[in-house]
Amino acid sequence: MRHDHLITSKQLSRADIETVLDHAADIAADPSAVADRHAGTLLGLLFFEPSTRTKMSFETAMKRLGGDVVDMGSIESSSVKKGETLADTVRVIEGYADAIVLRHPKQGSATMASEFVDVPLLNAGDGAGHHPTQTLLDLYTIRENAGLDDLTIGIMGDLKYGRTVHSLAHALTNFDTRQHFVSPESLRLPREVVYDLHQQQDGTGIREHESLEDILPSLDVLYVTRIQRERFPDENEYQTVAGEYQIDVETLEAASDDLTVMHPLPRVDEIAPEIDQTDHAAYFEQAHNGVPVRMALLDLLLSDDGTAGPDGTDDTSGGDLDE
Amino acid sequence: MSNEGDNEDVDHELRVSKIRDGTVIDHVRGGQALNVLAILGIDGSKGEELSIGMNVPSDRLARKDIVKVEGRELSQDEVDVLSLIAPDATINIVRDYDVEEKHRVERPDVVEGVLSCPNAACITTGNEPVTSRFTVLEDGVRCSYCETIVREEIASLIDT
Repeated sequence: MRHDHLITSKQLSRADIETVLDHAADIAADPSAVADRHAGTLLGLLFFEPSTRTKMSFETAMKRLGGDVVDMGSIESSSVKKGETLADTVRVIEGYADAIVLRHPKQGSATMASEFVDVPLLNAGDGAGHHPTQTLLDLYTIRENAGLDDLTIGIMGDLKYGRTVHSLAHALTNFDTRQHFVSPESLRLPREVVYDLHQQQDGTGIREHESLEDILPSLDVLYVTRIQRERFPDENEYQTVAGEYQIDVETLEAASDDLTVMHPLPRVDEIAPEIDQTDHAAYFEQAHNGVPVRMALLDLLLSDDGTAGPDGTDDTSGGDLDE
Repeated sequence: MSNEGDNEDVDHELRVSKIRDGTVIDHVRGGQALNVLAILGIDGSKGEELSIGMNVPSDRLARKDIVKVEGRELSQDEVDVLSLIAPDATINIVRDYDVEEKHRVERPDVVEGVLSCPNAACITTGNEPVTSRFTVLEDGVRCSYCETIVREEIASLIDT
């Protein structure tokens, strides 16, 4: 069975993930092979929240596949401002586009929207919920830098509201990984995510910490997210914790030389700019990987039979998103 | 068929009046009777004839509630939903003063349109045309949209 929609990374098996990542690697090596593959295809972009990387990388991906996008534009200039429901909006755009990319501030919005449309719907972030396409490009970057098995990863920052964290954590349970979650007490993983991680990996590979210090030397990857100032009712409380979750070159002296540092971006001050010049930094590479990964995903979802070969031709021997 | 209020706790059950035709919901955990009515959408405004006993002594439960609804036989769906707040309940269908059927509640896999999600950031809390849906876990319920898990105070989520 293939997926019609991509709502959470929990839908994705190891085979699904490897299919997308392998296809992305082929596309990255030779983008011209798929350049006209989806000529005439239109992708609807519905972004109810600001976005730079996700929106532009989807737009770039669709155009590099030969297709185009129709964009709702800002909320202020759309019918949303008149009180239109999300259910109505997606039903209208379904008539214009061959697939829909949705970002919305409400948790569960993508699940609900997918119940109203037949075209593929991709969740590009639903509040503090999930962000599965970010996860695919994260996994691609991790695989390129450290491999996906026998992996020790630290995930640090705002784990409570960080949708990229939730999706990544779920997806990593498909692989032989040890996950260390580092955050202030007030921003620990939601109990829903912990519940799922224990269901998926019986909890053996999951640890929660308040300090990075003890685990840093053992990490292959450190995935940093922004501590969001707006989540704290008290500025002093924010200042207290924020400083503890910033890394600089001095911090990384205790790390392995091979440590890969990632961040879904945008960063503010949680990673010092001096780290950009080191071999640890992978966050700009990570952002760039959004294009081939989203090209691969769109190619797989939009191919008539759900298959797409590595050379851009249909290949029924593999490539189905849910083999 | 046995007479309504058989064997256990018979004296206490008789504290509230017998019904001729309808449903007796027995062995509801003490203090949950009003939530049982809420989950069934019964508020008396449609003229339903109700008898309620609350916190009466019980052999099986230290204290139990009893709800008697005259003229209405509960559907299996309604009975299943009751399990969320009254997992020990027994359902007696009464016809002409006799208990004709006796059921235990069973936990359903999913309940729809009964509970409201407590997460203010959930899409179901806005004005979207969507019916709430919760999957039933061993020890709670989980919103099918935002995935919030609720283990305590499930009765407070009843969509009245």
